[in-house]
Amino acid sequence: MIDISLGHYLTLGAVIFSIGIIGIFLNRKNIIVILMSIELILLAVNINLVSFSIYLGDLSGQVFTLFILTVAAAEAAIGLAIIVVYFRNSGTIRVEEIDKLKG
Amino acid sequence: MIAHAIFFYVFSIIAVVSAIMVTVSKNTVHSVFFLILDFISISCLFIMIGAEFLGMIMLIVYVGAVAVLFLFVVMMLNVAQQKNQWFVSKDSSRHIPIGLLISVIIFFELIIVIGGWKYKPDLFNSAKSSLENGVSNTHSLGQVLYTDYIHVFQISGMILLIAMIGAIVLTFRQREGVKKQSYLKQISRERTEGVEVLEVASNKGVKIDD
Repeated sequence: MIDISLGHYLTLGAVIFSIGIIGIFLNRKNIIVILMSIELILLAVNINLVSFSIYLGDLSGQVFTLFILTVAAAEAAIGLAIIVVYFRNSGTIRVEEIDKLKG
Repeated sequence: MIAHAIFFYVFSIIAVVSAIMVTVSKNTVHSVFFLILDFISISCLFIMIGAEFLGMIMLIVYVGAVAVLFLFVVMMLNVAQQKNQWFVSKDSSRHIPIGLLISVIIFFELIIVIGGWKYKPDLFNSAKSSLENGVSNTHSLGQVLYTDYIHVFQISGMILLIAMIGAIVLTFRQREGVKKQSYLKQISRERTEGVEVLEVASNKGVKIDD
């Protein structure tokens, strides 16, 4: 309990990952919260990579965390741009009202 | 050791509680604030276990850029106004039990995988050895990043460039009724379409329709 080992960090990552997935499923509000849940999932993956990198004394994990940060930033920018365009066209971003692809 | 445990528990409890608040809070602006709190506490954890460069980068990139971007979009779209009733229609709440089931299954799978290993009790020994060489985390990361991973690094730069171009192309629109300067039109004007010589009869005047 007092000795913090790798398992504690991996558990923290697992908890945040699951909360992110719950956030995607549970969300009945707007799409922006879904994007935030995706950010949470990426954060959990980052926790895993960094703690393994420290544990093994290998820097590759931290390098890949850097790349994940890059991709997450790009994804947030593109996703928010798509949301802005969708809101401009249809006037809503509520999840249940976005059903244009239903046909 | 004790201090490490105390700080770990404090930061991780803050992180988990704020992650829950991101998903359940009714106001989107509050969700963004809790996301910021989450990133800050996780970056404190990173700094604590010796990955200080990544902790600082997380602060700069997420709290400084991404969270502000989220806040900007939330306030621009004015979604805080549509007061997020939970589970408005019966139709949508149908998916919730299966979603909860799937995420609980994923959580227990992860816990099973994590719990199946035995870890050495001290996480810090390998981190300390790199510090005792006199090379900081940032320095050693830079030594790896610009030699072994240089191509991946440049590709990530290309990804950022493409994301920037894509965001601009997506949100750019031509507005109606905005007068702009057109250099091509100005340069390619000729005398014949600009000037017209009229015979003006006296006491009549000229009607110019433009």
